Amino acid sequence: MTAGDYDLIVVGGGIMGASAALRASHGGMRVKLLEALEIGSGASGVNAGTLSLQIKRVKLMPYALAGHALWERAGDAVGYRRTGGLTLAFTDQEAELLEHRMTLKKEAGAPIDFVGKNFIREKAPALTDAVVAASWCESDGYANSSLTGVYYRALLREAGVDYSEFSPVTGIDPSRDGGFSVQTGSARIAGKRLLLASGFGLQETMAMLGVDIPVRVRINTVSVTERGPKLLDCIVGHATGLLTMKQKTNGTVLIGGGWQGVRDAETGRGEVRADTLNPNLQLAQYAAPGLSSFRLVRTWTGFEANVSDFYPLAGRLPGYDNAFVLGCVRGGYTIGPYIGQLMGDLILGRVPEKPLFDPERLIDTTYATSGERLGT
Amino acid sequence: METEFDVIVIGAGPAGAAAAVEAAARGLKVLVVDENAAGGGQVYRASAIGKEEKGPGKDLRRALAESGATVVFNRRCWLIEPGFRVHCTAPDRNELYHAPALIVAAGARERVVPVPGWTLPGVIGLAAATALIKAQKVLPGRRVVVAGRGPLLPYVAYMIVKNGGEVAALIDRNGPQDWLSKSLDVAARPGLALEGAGWIAALIRARVPSYFRSAVSRVRGDGEAEGVDIVGLDKNGNVRTQTKSIGCDAVCMGDGLAPSVEITQLLKADHVFDAVQGGWRVTADPWGRTSTANLYACGDGTGIKGAAAAPFAGRIAAIAAASDLGRLSKKDAEKAIASLSRQHDRASRFGAAMTALTAPDVRGLSLIGEDTVVCRCEGVTRRDIVSAVQRGAQSVNAIKSATRCGMGPCGARMCGDVTAALLSAEMNKPLAEIAPMTPRPPLKPVNLEPMMAEFSYSDIPMPEPAPL
Repeated sequence: MTAGDYDLIVVGGGIMGASAALRASHGGMRVKLLEALEIGSGASGVNAGTLSLQIKRVKLMPYALAGHALWERAGDAVGYRRTGGLTLAFTDQEAELLEHRMTLKKEAGAPIDFVGKNFIREKAPALTDAVVAASWCESDGYANSSLTGVYYRALLREAGVDYSEFSPVTGIDPSRDGGFSVQTGSARIAGKRLLLASGFGLQETMAMLGVDIPVRVRINTVSVTERGPKLLDCIVGHATGLLTMKQKTNGTVLIGGGWQGVRDAETGRGEVRADTLNPNLQLAQYAAPGLSSFRLVRTWTGFEANVSDFYPLAGRLPGYDNAFVLGCVRGGYTIGPYIGQLMGDLILGRVPEKPLFDPERLIDTTYATSGERLGT
Repeated sequence: METEFDVIVIGAGPAGAAAAVEAAARGLKVLVVDENAAGGGQVYRASAIGKEEKGPGKDLRRALAESGATVVFNRRCWLIEPGFRVHCTAPDRNELYHAPALIVAAGARERVVPVPGWTLPGVIGLAAATALIKAQKVLPGRRVVVAGRGPLLPYVAYMIVKNGGEVAALIDRNGPQDWLSKSLDVAARPGLALEGAGWIAALIRARVPSYFRSAVSRVRGDGEAEGVDIVGLDKNGNVRTQTKSIGCDAVCMGDGLAPSVEITQLLKADHVFDAVQGGWRVTADPWGRTSTANLYACGDGTGIKGAAAAPFAGRIAAIAAASDLGRLSKKDAEKAIASLSRQHDRASRFGAAMTALTAPDVRGLSLIGEDTVVCRCEGVTRRDIVSAVQRGAQSVNAIKSATRCGMGPCGARMCGDVTAALLSAEMNKPLAEIAPMTPRPPLKPVNLEPMMAEFSYSDIPMPEPAPL
């Protein structure tokens, strides 16, 4: 076989890589998926699991709505719960921010309403009465990101996608026939097409094919308490986006909001820092004072990748016909399963039902060579 | 309250206390943090009742009090950041201490291999039983079965008999020949050997029935422990015979001690799997230096070597820290450490031999029933764990994500080793190749109220909100 053993090689087994692999496989392609660690063990498996339209970017709202529907369909297998969500403002300035942002998100299609104190008291009596303004989104909820790995492993097996865990990719070479040869461990794997979906590692992976797009990494802190008495029925957020909070059915409270830990230069691992963990927990406790009787049981970080304009990398890898890139989706947990499907469609040669986000926009054309296309 | 120190010592057991006394004697400004109400660690745990008895515990506490080191008790250390920033909670507030050098003397934790019924009230660990008896002078029950492996086995039985309780049976997974194989190492510490002989003599006098190469296969009871079933084991640890059932109202069971490595793991020091020293332990050079700069380890965290060796290791780490901080010449440090190292190695021999009797292995797994709870915080059974592996989990982290095993308040201290052993058996991979669960702070669960203390909303340092 000249053009390789596989129709598609996917680098990265997070939600996006797995979802695209599944779509391509269902479309008849023979797919190989390589994951450096474990399926769904990166940001896909350690994020706070918040499914809130109130913290999605306006331009991404249609994708978030569709992603939300996919998680709802996955149901118990991913611990999906539709609880509704409150977003709170505690100062006049925050109230202004809330009104401005939620109005735009509502116009973009999210079913968001502004609500008063009586509504809050009824929906979430444990919340502080220091709320100045609030919004409510009926369709908000959460899923359990810990189950991402189990969920996608089962689907990949069922679809016959050949996946390998603990298989970091150390080199990629374009082959003369337009395909690719991928090095992992001592193995070389050949495929006609390639999808790079390696999350925060995307910059490094794209560089293996000579594409230079800076990818920044946010080190988001997430915390969980011990099981405690009933505190919250719905998910709770903050006007600035700096708090997400939910009480799971088992009584544990999960707290996030994108407070930044640090990344250890030597090990590459994320680390929690007290000077950002503490204010994150303070904000949570300010919103729900009853939280003070809980015990913090675990806190960790997840890596969220983004590019300079904070919009997704989703399209053909600049300079290549048969290589694709997917990642850097703000709100990637919510949107991931859906944008993965769109990417799968693009790879299958179909027209995706919603436009993707061509990475070409991030290539500095001033310095580009004379349009020479590699690997074609 | 002073918050800046030259060196912070975590743990006031035999290793930590000796480190603190030595460091203070070398002129360093020392802080000792311990979660108990007094020094001594588990082995020399102070009695909460009555007058203090003579002995090494009393000596340790007096030496620590007179050392000039600042000692804070009842502190839960929940996060240590590089450099080193030690965050801990007192009962009513959070405290932050800083020092350029950190000596970790966090001791050991207990390993218990589950059997059906082990979560019934009335069943406790062997080490837990020693804490109960030492601190509270309370016996685990009126008629107690003592089971498991290692030196805590005869010790707990002896303590029960000595304090007026009845030992219904002493059930040892090892055989007499396993103990005899360590007799040379035991002879290296005649004092301790005599002490052990004293325990055995007391048990014989009390006519305690002993079962060697045997194990508890089930704890029976309706709502609480009422008896155990005993099985005989072959030399591979497999069940050979059903022996008998014995009635009791409490069971103390344990399979030895494992090094406490949570702090050194979080500070990214190198660790190694060392079965004969209790499992995963931090690696330290002869000066007690870990692979992380200015982080020292001593005592059972570096491998279970016991209380006799710990003070030497503590003093070595303190001298190394003093030297590395430029407060003691390298030559003087070398000289002092050379002598202490010899004493340490001699003293280690006994403890290491005893630990080898309790090396973690996959034997004993045959007694864990399909429906036996392995992770008691989250109620995860052996079947749940095996099923997760069959559905594609290849690591303890993946098992944790799939089942919640290890996600509860104990932070996998109770179930982590057994989960790793089950994975090892299921994947037919040596235990040493199964990486432990990724450690996460806080080091132990921490109450949010003292952690947060008083704050006002305007004090919360809010960064810029995310882009719209």
